[in-house]
Amino acid sequence: MNTVANQLPREFRPPRVQTVFDVGKVRRDFPILAQRVRGKKLVYLDNAATSQKPQVVIDAISRYYEEGNANIHRGVHYLSERATEEHEAARKTVQNFINAEYAHEIIFVRGATEGINLVAQTYGRANVKAGDEVLITAMEHHSNIVPWQILCEEKGARLRVAPINDRGELLLDEFERLLNPRTRIVGVTHVSNALGTINPISRIVEMAHRHNIPVLVDGAQAVPHAKVDVQALDVDFYVFSGHKVFAPTGIGVLYGKTALLEAMPPYQGGGDMISSVTFEKTSYNKLPYKFEAGTPNVAGAIGLGTAIEYLNGLGIDNVAAYEHEVLGYSTEAISKIPGIRLIGTASQKAGVLSFVLEGVHPHDIGTILDQEGIAIRTGHHCAQPIMQRFGIPATARASFGLYNTKEEADALVAGIQKVREVFA
Amino acid sequence: MSDLRELYQDVILEHSKAPRNYRELPLANHKAEGYNPLCGDHFTLYVDLEGDRVRDISFQGSGCAISKASASMLTQVIKGKTRAEAQKLFEKFLQLVKGEGNGNQAELGKLAVFSGVCEFPVRVKCATLVWHTLQAALEGKQEAISTE
Repeated sequence: MNTVANQLPREFRPPRVQTVFDVGKVRRDFPILAQRVRGKKLVYLDNAATSQKPQVVIDAISRYYEEGNANIHRGVHYLSERATEEHEAARKTVQNFINAEYAHEIIFVRGATEGINLVAQTYGRANVKAGDEVLITAMEHHSNIVPWQILCEEKGARLRVAPINDRGELLLDEFERLLNPRTRIVGVTHVSNALGTINPISRIVEMAHRHNIPVLVDGAQAVPHAKVDVQALDVDFYVFSGHKVFAPTGIGVLYGKTALLEAMPPYQGGGDMISSVTFEKTSYNKLPYKFEAGTPNVAGAIGLGTAIEYLNGLGIDNVAAYEHEVLGYSTEAISKIPGIRLIGTASQKAGVLSFVLEGVHPHDIGTILDQEGIAIRTGHHCAQPIMQRFGIPATARASFGLYNTKEEADALVAGIQKVREVFA
Repeated sequence: MSDLRELYQDVILEHSKAPRNYRELPLANHKAEGYNPLCGDHFTLYVDLEGDRVRDISFQGSGCAISKASASMLTQVIKGKTRAEAQKLFEKFLQLVKGEGNGNQAELGKLAVFSGVCEFPVRVKCATLVWHTLQAALEGKQEAISTE
């Protein structure tokens, strides 16, 4: 085990007992990966944008619509009862996955973005007043910037931003200095989507809690790569998107501590979130239903539950160890290419290799790699302030998932060499 | 690779590396900004219009090879043209990069090197950004133009 691995936060650390991770077998679970695109073997390296789905998830969704579809929480009939059970079983699976204390602390939302908006619009509107502050970091995705900007603008509050260094690491001292009696909430990403930096969430939470400030963590890029324990991390809110963790789009999770969720006003009004309605007064349903107005994405929740069970079957620790190895290999291989500059060189990283190539715009890199069957993302990755921080208009980003291999990293390197040939 | 060479023709690569008329134009009486934030393409186009005719034209900024070469070659072909001639070229160019029209590229002259773009639909916005920016400049529009 190398020293970098030893420094990783516990949730990203490889297991002590080495087990065999059979990536060939894993790849066969994902039917989309077997195809050829543009006449070449598909090399899918856009996992930070969205992950592919294993057959078990695709089957679970089909089976639900073929055999189990009904509206939930209100029918007396067999199908409705069964759909309700499956939906709630998925909630339980998510609870165990992130080790929440109670199932009712798991709120199903559309994705991480909706989860953050929910907190900003409920907890935020109830607690942030004129002159107050919301603290985020310089490496947030737009989804953890804009909801707070909207809130601050409405309330006359101030959005503060903790800076990062040239490697893309949060400056913890600066972060701590920005915490003050006016700070009402902290929003921070667990893993940066544009840089791959892993943030030291435990320490961030500890600092914030010393000032009695709750912390929301955007876990969209962390959950596919690490065992997250919301109780051990002591986070107050945690959000993630199903589609980045092998589940369908349109389903995601907001975790919140019971006491906070109880005290928060509802988000959207409608069916399911009420216990009784008259034209004079409505009383709201208990958790988690208070925050789940309308017929939910039942198939999505079932798909998410199945995806998590699939991940559990592989062992998230095994996944983390394997990915750590592939990312290390890829980083080394790509660093040797003349003219390459890695954007995001934090000592603790997961999943992401962002880079620029001297004399070639990322968009041209993306087009040429695509001709080789290699799918990467180019652009600002919904993190424009990061691009400004590094003085670049865009990057090329290869992002890895549990089914990626060292051979694919080699293909990426060969593809970049081709880019250099075209632009030689 | 053959499609790629169609897209990245030597003339295009050469213009992207050594763009022509790449400077500010202090005497410009028309100016517009083209910005595709998703790609990170960002250009300013300067036009010195004398009556109905483009006396001088230049640009500055950064972007991908396609957008930059397009800007560079636009400045070459538009210099000396009237508004009407510029508009006609714009329409012909759009047809070319979208793979529409009758395939007659004679009027486009050297701009015909962009014919490979039509095989790459997501890159049409790169090739056309500066052309839309030219229209905005001639129409005196204030807000930045985007083709995303």
